[in-house]
Amino acid sequence: MWDNATITMLLEGTRDTLYMTLVSTFFGYVLGLPLGILLAVTDKEGIHPNSAVYKVLDVIVNILRSIPFLILLILVIPLTRLLVGKTYGSTATIVPLVIAAAPFIARMVESSLKEVDPGVVEAAVSMGAGTRTIIWKVLLAESRTSLLVGVTIAVGTILGYSAMAGTVGGGGLGDIAIRYGYYRYQTDIMIVTIVILVVLVQILQGLGMMLSRKLDKRKA
Amino acid sequence: MEPMIQVENLCKSFSTKSGTVEAARNISFSIEKGEIFGIIGLSGAGKSTLVRCLNLLERPTSGSVWVNGKNLTELSERKLRKERQNIGMIFQHFNLLMQRTALDNVCFPMEIVGISKKEARKKALEYLKIVGLEEKALSYPSQLSGGQKQRVAIARVLASDPEILLCDEATSALDPQTTKSILELIRKINKEYGITVVVITHEMSVVQEICNRVAVLERGVLVESGTVEELFRSPKTEAARRLVFSGRAQIQKMNGKRLVRVTFKDRSSFEPVIANLVLTYRTPVNILYADTKNIGGSAEGEMILQLPEIEETAEKMIEYLRETNMGVEELSSDVG
Repeated sequence: MWDNATITMLLEGTRDTLYMTLVSTFFGYVLGLPLGILLAVTDKEGIHPNSAVYKVLDVIVNILRSIPFLILLILVIPLTRLLVGKTYGSTATIVPLVIAAAPFIARMVESSLKEVDPGVVEAAVSMGAGTRTIIWKVLLAESRTSLLVGVTIAVGTILGYSAMAGTVGGGGLGDIAIRYGYYRYQTDIMIVTIVILVVLVQILQGLGMMLSRKLDKRKA
Repeated sequence: MEPMIQVENLCKSFSTKSGTVEAARNISFSIEKGEIFGIIGLSGAGKSTLVRCLNLLERPTSGSVWVNGKNLTELSERKLRKERQNIGMIFQHFNLLMQRTALDNVCFPMEIVGISKKEARKKALEYLKIVGLEEKALSYPSQLSGGQKQRVAIARVLASDPEILLCDEATSALDPQTTKSILELIRKINKEYGITVVVITHEMSVVQEICNRVAVLERGVLVESGTVEELFRSPKTEAARRLVFSGRAQIQKMNGKRLVRVTFKDRSSFEPVIANLVLTYRTPVNILYADTKNIGGSAEGEMILQLPEIEETAEKMIEYLRETNMGVEELSSDVG
């Protein structure tokens, strides 16, 4: 099995998986970060409590999070076609991945921001800081360690989802594992793809944790 | 002259699941420029709520808060933020930004008003010098002791060049030695920069150490106010007595006889008053407690005497003590 074609295929699969995962994480945060901030700020303990806004966002996030990813993949096909022009391949997979990841990222951001000591926020208010300053310089800056841990978790989860997208022609390592390992009974290729996935998760997880530890100044 | 802070008929209530809690009931007082004003009360008395009403971290349910001639309750959000820059605040748990160095913590209020980073850092170092922490400029709060953290917090307050400093139980998390040094620093800031200070505390010793005037708060009501000396010499209300006599539970056990509390200034302590009293009436008195405290820079002594059971002699003794120009006050036996 170790001919050049297979190795090239596995390398391309790895590249596609990384591409889908990282781009989806990026766009997941483009949507999820502001949403998470909005949730944390409008919560009744937040700096601008607004129960109407909070409840609406809360429900939307919960609905999106309860839809199984495989169903979501199919549900968003029209949107995918609109945005990407086709419904198969790794770029097309990014659309459902972002939609699945954004609400989950929003929840993680919300919970990270809520970990910030309310006393520190109060101190900033007492100094005359405005909402924007508090969000940027207090909430996000103080919770950066927790936020980075969140990114690490998000990357791992999205990587797992991207493999699932392989079942519907999503491209990447998951696609290879399904096509060769499952449909053609080439167990060795399936095992190799799984090993590569495990190694990828390990590396990304390790990097994320290292970075967040480095940035954490809360412990002496 | 117009007072620095004037509170008029301030009420604050919270609605909780178990009903409405009135944290402040119709409170009025004023604080002069340059004063160190204490607000003392036991926990749950509403001190923290009251101090948060002074910079509108808590919005009063009714009443008004005048700071420097402006009614804060009527200001727009933007103007209020501007006003808050003039009212510094330090906290029991310091509330520093944990992910920033001491220096960058001090820079924070200057960032809010838009001073350039370079300029801010230069000034921040000066403020750290004032509080005696310039060599810790690059340390993170987690690497500092409680006292050092509070010094950084004070430097941070100085950085916004305020006219008022609110201290919310600022020394309650510190040991007695550190408390003393922080109180000294607050006094220094008050003297050298003319900053009006409001001190919230549950400890009489803090009030005695630095305050000029004091207000006693009990269950949301301001029950007594006056100079610290007055409060110490003759607390009028039950709440004030409890604070002045706190930590002397042993006296409670010696009831049954008449107890008087005698207070004296440094001059009168030269005269052997108690010895003369005993010689005059040829009856011994029992000294239950004696102490000298530094109040506003002068020594103030207090003594608790157990008088003889014979009513007539006891009466005469009280009369005698009053004539010697000392503060005399009869204690009910339930003081503790």
